Amino acid sequence: MGSKKRWAMLLGGTIVTSLTIAVMSLCLGNICFTPAELFGILGGSAGNRAGSGMADMGKGILLYARLPRTIASLLAGAALAVSGAVLQNVLSNKLASPSIIGVNAGAGLGVTLCCAAGVLSGYGVSCAAFAGSLITVFIIFIFSCRTNASKTTVILGGVALNSILNAIAESVTVLDTDVAMLSIDFRVGGFSSVSYQRLMPAALLILAAFVLLFTLCNELDVVTLGDETAQGIGLPVGKYRMLFLVLAALLAGAAVSFAGLLGFIGLIVPHFVRRLTGNESGRLLPLCAISGAGFVNLCDMVSRLVFAPYELPVGILMSVIGGPVFLLLLVRYRGGHRYD
Amino acid sequence: MIEVKNVCAGYGRNQVLHDVNFVAEQGKITVIIGSNGSGKSTLLKALLGLVPVNGGNITVEGAAVNEMTRAELAKKIAYLPQGKNIADISAGRMVLHGRFPYLKYPRKYREEDYRIAEEAMKQMGISSFAGKQMAELSGGMRQKVYIAMALAQQTPVIVMDEPTTYLDIGQQLKFSGLIKQLSESRKTVILVLHDILLALKISDKIAAMKDGKIFRCGTPEEMLASDIFYTLYGVKVKAVQTDAGMQYYYEFADTE
Repeated sequence: MGSKKRWAMLLGGTIVTSLTIAVMSLCLGNICFTPAELFGILGGSAGNRAGSGMADMGKGILLYARLPRTIASLLAGAALAVSGAVLQNVLSNKLASPSIIGVNAGAGLGVTLCCAAGVLSGYGVSCAAFAGSLITVFIIFIFSCRTNASKTTVILGGVALNSILNAIAESVTVLDTDVAMLSIDFRVGGFSSVSYQRLMPAALLILAAFVLLFTLCNELDVVTLGDETAQGIGLPVGKYRMLFLVLAALLAGAAVSFAGLLGFIGLIVPHFVRRLTGNESGRLLPLCAISGAGFVNLCDMVSRLVFAPYELPVGILMSVIGGPVFLLLLVRYRGGHRYD
Repeated sequence: MIEVKNVCAGYGRNQVLHDVNFVAEQGKITVIIGSNGSGKSTLLKALLGLVPVNGGNITVEGAAVNEMTRAELAKKIAYLPQGKNIADISAGRMVLHGRFPYLKYPRKYREEDYRIAEEAMKQMGISSFAGKQMAELSGGMRQKVYIAMALAQQTPVIVMDEPTTYLDIGQQLKFSGLIKQLSESRKTVILVLHDILLALKISDKIAAMKDGKIFRCGTPEEMLASDIFYTLYGVKVKAVQTDAGMQYYYEFADTE
């Protein structure tokens, strides 16, 4: 099968699967909807339940609970997966991801400090998360450049930074009880408290970053060739590396601002997508976005339904899946030093 | 043509090049030799604007290097660096990236770029493994891919830092044929080589570097007539005329 045909089938299959999961996520729950009812409500009519007492409640649940939650899980999954793929390319390290090298923790600290200052939603939270993640990315970048650190050292440095940032955030939470109340959901990661108000600013930032990134795929590929080769074919590497780090931080920070500290998506999704598409960013990034969106949406749906009426925070489910996968990666490539 | 006039360059306080003067002419092969740490690679990087030049000036085809954007410079000089990342992409894609300087935002490769990249791969005899990942190739194969990438860049000047590294002797001979072809097609070729015999065989001009300066410069015959190789490396090089042309060899003193 030709490469283009295979790619088209892969892309089409992933889109259909993710859309199916999104429809299921909207339909399934304590109150279930048929697809006809779902599209009826989304289309402006109340569907088969029109005229019944359930109509208004169903519409309310769908439009103000499940729809923002589904959009949030799709956006967070897409943003974190793409952010992970970009970081891995720019840092030339396939074990880099926003949660492992401390980018999520930086965003988390930003949000915690923002909440402590009394700003609980809107652009303020998104900006604080972005600032936190951006500062973390720059610290890692400067650390790796100044010390000429190996790929492993960059990861270990990121893990250390992760701990430091989490410790600072924990200290703020202990000292400020209001923040502590907000912080439990946030630290685990989940979408149960997502509202349009929290979602909108981050969604705009994520979409803007996607538009820019998807037009810079060749540049991202050239950055991975190494500084001298990339400069030799005309790319000002320093500027572009900085731009990609800012975009990766923007995506991770925006996602963390409404989804909390979801781990491992930025590691697992790009890793598996690379196996299917190879490393060319023109294929890697779109497929990471779609499959990341579908994967997080699926995890969120499962975490909602498995213990219904109770709900398992999706962050816990992510860690249960992500932890073993991460260990598998480390064990599998231990002998080959593939990631060194 | 490249002209280097009174160039001083280096990394921060560490000045590597001191008052370097050097001309590489169009349609000629200029080889830079010198012992390790003599400044050969730094000189090439200075030509590419990859190290800060603190004095003097460098011109390519009459245009000052420091006044060109990176993309403009990449259309003039193709550069094959010494140390290269092994990118996680296919060999074909790697060669295609040689066309990168010619793209405008949003940079998408055109049919013409694919055709030129294919021609470059054919020229290097690597068309059959265009789909293979760079990491799967041997060192010699990878080197051919990098050379094909430089060819796809279609520049008037080609600068290569130790291009024969990883190539076996058969491939080195093919490589010297290719370099001759490039110079015959009016390209300016500058090579850094450690292999003195290959340098003597293929070059039109040899520039010998020592302590960040051009120590001596001349044709292979002039260099051979001097004691430069003994001064730089402590070896004597001899030449003998055969039916197959001039042959060069190292003369080793008997050791006890």
